[in-house]
Amino acid sequence: MSETHDAGQQVDGFEPRIVAFFCNWCTYLAADLAGTSRMKYAPNARVIRVMCSGRVDPQFVMEALAQGADGVLIGGCHPGDCHYQSGNYKALRRYHLLRRMLTDLGVEEKRIRLEWISAAEADKLRDVMNEMVAEIRALGPAHLEVPDESFEELEEVTV
Amino acid sequence: MPEPAARTSGNGNGTPRIGVYVCHCGTNIASTIDVAAAQRAAESLPGVVLSREYKYMCSDPGQEMIKDDIRDHGLERVVVASCSPCLHEETFRTAIADGGINPYFFQMVNIREHDSWVHKDMAAATAKANDLIRAAVRRVRFHQPLEARRVPIDPKVLVLGGGIAGIHAALTLANAGKQVYLVEREPSIGGHMAMFDKTFPTLDCAACILTPKMTQVRNHPNITIWTMSDVVEVDGFVGNYKVKVKHRPRYILEEACVGCLECIDACVFRRGKTPDEFNLGLSKRKPIYIPFPQAVPQVVLIDPDTCIEFRTGKCKKTCIEVCADRNAIDFTQTETFDEVEVGSIVVATGFKAFDAGRLPQYGYGRYDGVYTALEVERLVNASGPTEGKIVLRDGREPERIGIIHCIGSRDKNTNVYCSRVCCMYSLKLAHLLQEKTNAEIYEFYIDMRTAGKGFEEFMLRVKSEGVHMIRGKVSDVYPEAGGTGRVVLQAEDSLAGMVRKIPVDMVVLATGLEPQPDAEDVRRIFNITCAGGGFFMERHPKLAPVSTFTDGVFLAGACQAPKDIPDTVAQAGAAAAEALALIDHGYIELEPNTAYVVAEECSGCKTCLGLCPFSAITRVDGKAQINPVLCKGCGTCVAACPSGAIKQNLFEDEEIYEEIMGVLAHV
Repeated sequence: MSETHDAGQQVDGFEPRIVAFFCNWCTYLAADLAGTSRMKYAPNARVIRVMCSGRVDPQFVMEALAQGADGVLIGGCHPGDCHYQSGNYKALRRYHLLRRMLTDLGVEEKRIRLEWISAAEADKLRDVMNEMVAEIRALGPAHLEVPDESFEELEEVTV
Repeated sequence: MPEPAARTSGNGNGTPRIGVYVCHCGTNIASTIDVAAAQRAAESLPGVVLSREYKYMCSDPGQEMIKDDIRDHGLERVVVASCSPCLHEETFRTAIADGGINPYFFQMVNIREHDSWVHKDMAAATAKANDLIRAAVRRVRFHQPLEARRVPIDPKVLVLGGGIAGIHAALTLANAGKQVYLVEREPSIGGHMAMFDKTFPTLDCAACILTPKMTQVRNHPNITIWTMSDVVEVDGFVGNYKVKVKHRPRYILEEACVGCLECIDACVFRRGKTPDEFNLGLSKRKPIYIPFPQAVPQVVLIDPDTCIEFRTGKCKKTCIEVCADRNAIDFTQTETFDEVEVGSIVVATGFKAFDAGRLPQYGYGRYDGVYTALEVERLVNASGPTEGKIVLRDGREPERIGIIHCIGSRDKNTNVYCSRVCCMYSLKLAHLLQEKTNAEIYEFYIDMRTAGKGFEEFMLRVKSEGVHMIRGKVSDVYPEAGGTGRVVLQAEDSLAGMVRKIPVDMVVLATGLEPQPDAEDVRRIFNITCAGGGFFMERHPKLAPVSTFTDGVFLAGACQAPKDIPDTVAQAGAAAAEALALIDHGYIELEPNTAYVVAEECSGCKTCLGLCPFSAITRVDGKAQINPVLCKGCGTCVAACPSGAIKQNLFEDEEIYEEIMGVLAHV
């Protein structure tokens, strides 16, 4: 993190940075629909398109947090609606495990969020975006401790 | 022409030469995003040898610019920041291929739908655009040359729903020489249109224009009609769907029945005792019956819930006696299934009329004189329960009739949308009722919505025929004092500025159109989306009105939104045309986004095997192997592979990590 701040306190001018992984068939299209409907929402999220929420490797979420994201949003199709039948269920399973692990690492639960948003639910997308930004703004910047040292030494040990 | 610059290898380790293009989209993007600033920011990104802004990147000059730059500046990767990839990814990929490099050496950045259209603050929107462009530039360096997968299109088509939409789509396709399966859940095709008497605004007789089409469907060598059937399972993908259809028993052998209807007369029930579904309960039918005289197929059916043989097993079975050696009756029939392979599907499941009982203030089900519009369609119909005579439930002929518009439409307590057809059918019913009864007719409307060819003229005609138009919503329906059998309609006349209380003999409720009650199940089976109150969602409201987000599945008729017969037929024709375009193209190119296994890195742990919903992964010699034909590219196995041995084309781990780092990088 480049900014210096007091952990846990609201920082003036703090703009949460959110990485969003949206599935190609539902949530990405909901975001497109929000656009064509000219809905307005907070500009904090950066969307990365994946074909299915099942493609979201938990490491993507970890990497985003390590790179300085204050929150990660995963958007998929509603249960039963997955374009690939069950990818969203796989995403849900990983999400639960990941959230438990991140909580142990000191990352607040509200920083990662999984939402089912169908292609027709532009209003839900807008609301989720706004809500998440507000919640993370209240939490303040994330401060995931990432060790600076590389893993090379560790690798040598394991070899 | 300048000498092409030296090219570096495009494997992601070197630095390929990247060109970035930022689109203004007129003012759609440029009014919220500082395009020039975004273009300058892109210029300084590693690997970017050229960055341009242009008013419309998707225009021919925009595309030509990319092609020329590829040739003149030796571009090896291209990033275009403009609209959603759903709109123009294909456009730019084609342009890039024309320019001479692999079309997948391209990444699109959505700065319109996801940015300029949803934000107001220019600084924030521009910062977002910069982040997204940076991510794309970092990502595109890792793109691999790929080839689209081609799959052939099965020319057969399944049409779900045998109303006018399904009939028209099926006929269009069949006339073009395609094999069509028309699946209808009722015992006859025809849908709602078969129930109508006349159609607005021309007053053509519905049966006169529909039944010839129904007969054509029956006789068409390319159409297989499956009535009393439901689609229970759809598998596969565009061009190659496998559809499982369930046939409910009719207890009649369709091939053997000649439609003589003698069995109905012979039935041990002397009179009908069961409310007739086709006449909405206004008449009674026997356990063996035909839905309506022009039914297609012209075959009777037995209702096992009321047939004595089914209930007691002790019937004289006079129906079998009279059927004699035709032997068409079979009490042992059970459900059967068919599995067919089709390349495309037209969903035309229609609508359900709003249930007037949900609004008790209008007295439906409580007062004998209150009817729904669909019931009145049957009453005025010559083949209806009263043979076209307007006789009320209590046997009287109405002298005063009130028609109430917008029942279940334009009301936040029920449906907010306008059902589009009710104003016009109410005017039509006013005309028909007046013609048949000479009654005084009062139309209570909120707004008279008569947008359509010949619609306004029809309204003026009905008005000139003496129908009273009262602008106001009826607030109460109550019985007239003195036991006259009449009810009083109370409404505020908002033009005259007074409350009117008009006693009438008959009330017609202009019920709106709702999605079918099982639209949700149909949506699931076909993997399509619902919007706006549960109607199926089209791919694009303007430019892809009959397509869905599932390739090869098309929509027609009122299942997509309330619409009248002309619009339904037009849409059904469009759906058929889209299916034909797909079929006649012969093949479709699929995104080459399949997963693959790097065998050396696979530990054979089998984690992936159970994850694949398409059984595309098998274990061969202790290693996972992915069948690219079965893989649909969801990437679930890629995310799960503990040793990182599974990769996905177009969505490689490195590409996504670069995007993550790109959007979060500090400038």
